[in-house]
Amino acid sequence: MKDIPVIYVRNLVKKFGSFTANDGLDFEVYEGEIFGFLGANGAGKTTALRILSGLSKPTSGIVRVAGFDAGNEAEQIKRNIGYMSQRFSLYEDLTVKENIMLFGGIYGLRKREITGKTADLLSRLSFEEYGDRLIASLPPGLKQKLAFSVAVLHDPKIVFLDEPTGGVDPLTRRQFWELIYESASRGITVFVTTHYMDEAEYCDRISIMSEGRIVALDTPENLKKQYNAVSIDEVFVKIARSPEKIV
Amino acid sequence: MEKIIEAQGIGKSFGDTEALKNISFEVNRGEIFGFIGPDGAGKTTLFRIITTLLLPDAGRMTVMGLDCKTGYRELRRNIGYMPGRFSLYHDLTVEENLNFYATVFGTTVRKNYDLIRDVYSHIEPFRKRLAGKLSGGMKQKLALSCALIHKPGLLVLDEPTTGVDAVSRSEFWEMLNRLREENITIIASTPYMDEAMRCNRVALIQKGQILSVNPPEKIREEFSRKIFSVKSSEKYKLINALRNFPGTATAYPFGDSVHLTFRDNEQDHSLTGYLNSMGISDATISETRAGIEDRFLELMQDK
Repeated sequence: MKDIPVIYVRNLVKKFGSFTANDGLDFEVYEGEIFGFLGANGAGKTTALRILSGLSKPTSGIVRVAGFDAGNEAEQIKRNIGYMSQRFSLYEDLTVKENIMLFGGIYGLRKREITGKTADLLSRLSFEEYGDRLIASLPPGLKQKLAFSVAVLHDPKIVFLDEPTGGVDPLTRRQFWELIYESASRGITVFVTTHYMDEAEYCDRISIMSEGRIVALDTPENLKKQYNAVSIDEVFVKIARSPEKIV
Repeated sequence: MEKIIEAQGIGKSFGDTEALKNISFEVNRGEIFGFIGPDGAGKTTLFRIITTLLLPDAGRMTVMGLDCKTGYRELRRNIGYMPGRFSLYHDLTVEENLNFYATVFGTTVRKNYDLIRDVYSHIEPFRKRLAGKLSGGMKQKLALSCALIHKPGLLVLDEPTTGVDAVSRSEFWEMLNRLREENITIIASTPYMDEAMRCNRVALIQKGQILSVNPPEKIREEFSRKIFSVKSSEKYKLINALRNFPGTATAYPFGDSVHLTFRDNEQDHSLTGYLNSMGISDATISETRAGIEDRFLELMQDK
């Protein structure tokens, strides 16, 4: 399962005028993989992320996401991905069911499908009693699990998560990662961007960007060995502070 | 040791929500004291009480020897506060923001430049830039410069590193350490447990209550059981298998491994055979040290 590339990127270049935001990126992400995409502010992560999610086109290079080309099949890409961020996820003034209905509609699901998926989702999360509650009234942990489940409602090939567990307690955080592992075990690829390096430790592989390039890409364990560091945080700081030392 | 903050039985409610329940703690002069807990734990409410912006419903708090209720005028002159949302004026330049704060506190940038030099020098090349056009890390440094410009005895930083990248965060903590050497007492809040290790002492806070106050290393040592790190390439299968193993007390994912405790505390050696029978053949088990998060989880369950 883990040898089918769901994201395939070769020599991706993105320029804005004379500024090169992405300077020849090469990587792939496999089916069912949890991939951490890291980098300091301004390293070019957001630019790459916008291309991978069909919101922007590469200047040159090959980018295939879920089997579609980011240059001319952006709409198909959008239909095959999910997105969740800490900042924007669910509408606070709609109920749980209304949110599921809304996002199901946005993802192009039919009404009958949405009804079926709503029941399925609520029972899987043991959420039946919350169906008619406003999102604003839910505890943060439940909100977050629901946001993730809504982001994968349309069975996307890939789900993009932006700082998924920022600000939650350690128990909720672990329950959330278990939900991510469960989705990955069903073959959904999980693409995580975060500033929090202990969040990165949960990923199967991570890449670190600096000045428009990927300067490290491996499992957290191998990177820690390679940089003689006890944590990914330390790896990150070592890389970011000495870009000239990177081969 | 001189106490900079003494809080006794602090309570605060908003309508039916009890934001703080009977909170007591002390902060010593010259330490970096961290409040670590998730969103909604009560960190911001507590910081607003410390900075005299809110009054507690119950309890008593003195800051630098002054009562928070009656001594607020004098206290406000001697506290530097960096709220969670950056307190900068986006339509003023870097330099204008700093001058504004200095003027409000009746001082000048020149007079206290030595104190902020270490922090401000990073952004000084951009002093003509609008604050709204700065990156997160630069805004953070400017906000800290503004909070410091009147040479406060106590610096109160509400989630100063949220949304800032790892390098800027690391630099920020190093700056705080140097300020501490200037005899400034610092309290900072964060939802990120890994930042606890940067503080001299931390209070773990959850649902308006303090769970523990200690130096971070001590908090790790407080973990009451032996803890083991179990790794396998099939994480989801591993977690489920560990949960179903009869000898398991707790099993939680922790980075690239699962942290496991046994019912009998000691390692149950039948685990390897059990995992094999569940189709997990590559598992490795080794004893490890509990982290701050492990202890936080344990304290949450004791409640």
